[in-house]
Amino acid sequence: MDLHFGDSKPTDDERAAVDALLGPPESSWEGADRSDADLRWARGGREARDRRDLLLPGLHAINDRVGWISEGALDYLCRRLTVPPAEAYGVATFYAMFSVKPRPATVLHVCTDLACAAAGASELCAGIEARLGLGSGVSVERSPCLGLCERAPAALAIKAGDPVRTAVSAPATVHDAVLAASAPDSAPEEPPAAVAVPQAGGDDLVLLRRVGVVDPSSLDDYRAHGGYTALRRAFELGPAGVIREVTDSGLVGRGGAAFPTGRKWQATASQPDRPHYVVCNADESEPGTFKDRVIMEGDPYALVEAMTIAAYATGAHQGYLYLRGEYPRALHRLEHALAQARARGLLGADILGQGYTFDIEIRRGAGAYICGEETALFNSIEGYRGEPRSKPPFPVEKGLFGKPTVENNVETLVNVLPVLTMGAPAYAAIGTAKSTGPKLFCVSGSVERPGIYELPFGATLGELLELAGVRKRLRAVLLGGAAGSFVRPDELDIPLTFEGTRQAGTTLGSGVVMAFDDTVPLPRLLLRIAEFFRDESCGQCVPCRVGTVRQEEALHRIVQRTGAAAADDIALLREVGRAMRDASICGLGQTAWNAVESAIDRLGAYE
Amino acid sequence: MTVTPLGIPRRLLEFTIDGEPVRTPEGSTILDACRAVGKDVPTLCEGDTLRPKNACRVCVVEVEGSRTLVPACSRKAEPGMEVRTDTERARHSRKIVLELLASSVDLSTTPRVAEWIKEYEAKPDRFGPDAARLNEEPKVDNDLYVRDYDKCILCYKCVDACGDQWQNTFAISVAGRGFGTRIAVEHDAPLTDSACVYCGNCIEVCPTGALSFKSEFDMRAAGTWDESQQTETTTVCAYCGVGCNLTLHVQDNEIVKVTSPHDNPVTHGNLCIKGRFGYQHVQNRD
Repeated sequence: MDLHFGDSKPTDDERAAVDALLGPPESSWEGADRSDADLRWARGGREARDRRDLLLPGLHAINDRVGWISEGALDYLCRRLTVPPAEAYGVATFYAMFSVKPRPATVLHVCTDLACAAAGASELCAGIEARLGLGSGVSVERSPCLGLCERAPAALAIKAGDPVRTAVSAPATVHDAVLAASAPDSAPEEPPAAVAVPQAGGDDLVLLRRVGVVDPSSLDDYRAHGGYTALRRAFELGPAGVIREVTDSGLVGRGGAAFPTGRKWQATASQPDRPHYVVCNADESEPGTFKDRVIMEGDPYALVEAMTIAAYATGAHQGYLYLRGEYPRALHRLEHALAQARARGLLGADILGQGYTFDIEIRRGAGAYICGEETALFNSIEGYRGEPRSKPPFPVEKGLFGKPTVENNVETLVNVLPVLTMGAPAYAAIGTAKSTGPKLFCVSGSVERPGIYELPFGATLGELLELAGVRKRLRAVLLGGAAGSFVRPDELDIPLTFEGTRQAGTTLGSGVVMAFDDTVPLPRLLLRIAEFFRDESCGQCVPCRVGTVRQEEALHRIVQRTGAAAADDIALLREVGRAMRDASICGLGQTAWNAVESAIDRLGAYE
Repeated sequence: MTVTPLGIPRRLLEFTIDGEPVRTPEGSTILDACRAVGKDVPTLCEGDTLRPKNACRVCVVEVEGSRTLVPACSRKAEPGMEVRTDTERARHSRKIVLELLASSVDLSTTPRVAEWIKEYEAKPDRFGPDAARLNEEPKVDNDLYVRDYDKCILCYKCVDACGDQWQNTFAISVAGRGFGTRIAVEHDAPLTDSACVYCGNCIEVCPTGALSFKSEFDMRAAGTWDESQQTETTTVCAYCGVGCNLTLHVQDNEIVKVTSPHDNPVTHGNLCIKGRFGYQHVQNRD
């Protein structure tokens, strides 16, 4: 590799931010002043290139300190990591939270996605922009879903500096959001995670039973509430025994694909290639989803324990927790939990005196929905653009760093704890024969008590909405998020199981249930969904990159039209949508048309 | 004498294409097998000297048991696979992909695409006159080659050729995302400020003419570019001892561009700046 760096130099601040992550440079080969020794020996090569995965943390370090990524800063980071500047530039421009153009140190992300749009996000944005005129030192950015749907509308302020400061305002008013942006340190504290769980403290909860009950910062409190009994049981059973229990429990992935977890673990464990990795997908970016955030904020040790069990079962000694960049509080809680677990011998070498070694590293995403796709997530961790890889080979064979990898999302992992503590038969007895166990649903929109609900599989949509206090004049329910589909108010008897929703021609997806009453303008909502996918397409394959644009254009044309006037464009939407579903590389393009199609077919939008 | 590397012998596996049984060496792709039996599957981003990227999706085929269509260029053939190349479903996706591409970029210099647009009855105009396009001006910032990204379909071939697959210069990459995705050097700078070493291997692999010789670009602008008047002569580069093959494209007794045979086992179509662009001395007749 013949690297070429420009003349631009980093500022002292930028250099310090990178050095704080990577340590001081050792020779002129990686950006230090030249010494006599540098004339006689070279440093770099494979050893430096193997640190390519520190590119994303490096970009974060600069962006956190300065608020944007300058040419000099990017070139310095590239020199330190032996990464070609063109590639690093490609990575930096991929993520929505980074900027390669100068901008104010404070960025206020105002969510304009589905739940927030229904709760008046556009008026909020206009109000904030009117208050924060030019020269306020705050850049107001319209953001996709911030995962705070139960408290819509939401805003997240990020103020660059050392350290970076963040503040969340939700439900946001113009006054609160401006306050959060101008003085993040003195902004009022967020309500505890348990506020998002209306059933908190209930006796029949399995997955959420500790949220609001334990102190999320206390390992002792976690253990006093049954923490680490599942890991002890795992050590008793041995890796094969754990996989047997998970398989027998019937647990399937909760991220939307519903793949049997036991089979995935078994497939990874049996790969001869080493090392194996465990990756926790905590990049929850589906509009309307916030369950993983609530678990990580309210019961962080549960995730740490569950990842340890997954690693033990599949023979991994290193785990990565890929956390979406918009979750500062979850990041702090998890960082604290990891440090405590390490200090107490629950991570690191010789866990619980069992001679088993495992540790977890947190990797922060930077605003890209596509990074929730498992192979795009690997690319993102490895320091490449978050573009999905084509499958096969599947991650169990060639995943992170090309090695066998088991990837599960937060909710799936947390399910492993009750599987082990109550045993596979008892767990499998919950729910239905084909959809076993408890399930989390993120209910938001036109309901009295939005939040996370835990129900055994098999409850109906109507029962769930009843629990959340559905308002009168319900117009539509979006099931499964932006990649899911709409159902009508007269379809509320759909059982919330994988087989039941499939039979009804819809999907559970990631467990999103968004209710919209008749005050919500449906065409605007559909346009927002189309805009979301156009914005979040990685741009790699043609059907998705151009198809999402053509669909959004057609929806713009028909937003004021109905009936025969819209027929041509609806036919066009269908044709493009069919090709996107058939020919896109990954799930984003394949599902981008689902919600709009269901609104046309089931709700009669544009009729 | 041309040396043809034979490679290690490979087992044959059997599967069916459009109901016909075929036998193909283990490890070959569906596309390889299709071509071996004379089936014409359209391809744009596939490159004979590069690893398949399967980004354009015009080569999609139906594979029994697969939920979605499958890119023929990258999917390895498996024993017992039932592949159908010409179903309504596959044709529909190809047609839409051609429409999406042709409505967003200029495909006027892309070989064979006009033929496919006709074959699949694609109508790129139906997205209306306001359909978003790139509308980029050609980037002419050096005397050797021109980047006309209005013609770029983002096949990634130039990135792969410049990067770890051949040149190892890593001067170009993909930046941005979604419809704003583009090929760029670092900081979107001019090529002259980048790591580019002007080997021109990216031009060699570009399937649409988005990257071209300055000579070709100028002649096209002047209306004097005429491939039917050109002769191609393959010879040996005289600059160093490696002995790379050069194919000189000559029009009106002037060299207008230089390519290299892709089946050459030493260069695989790659050259350096001297072989690719250093031909002026040949036609300096003063």
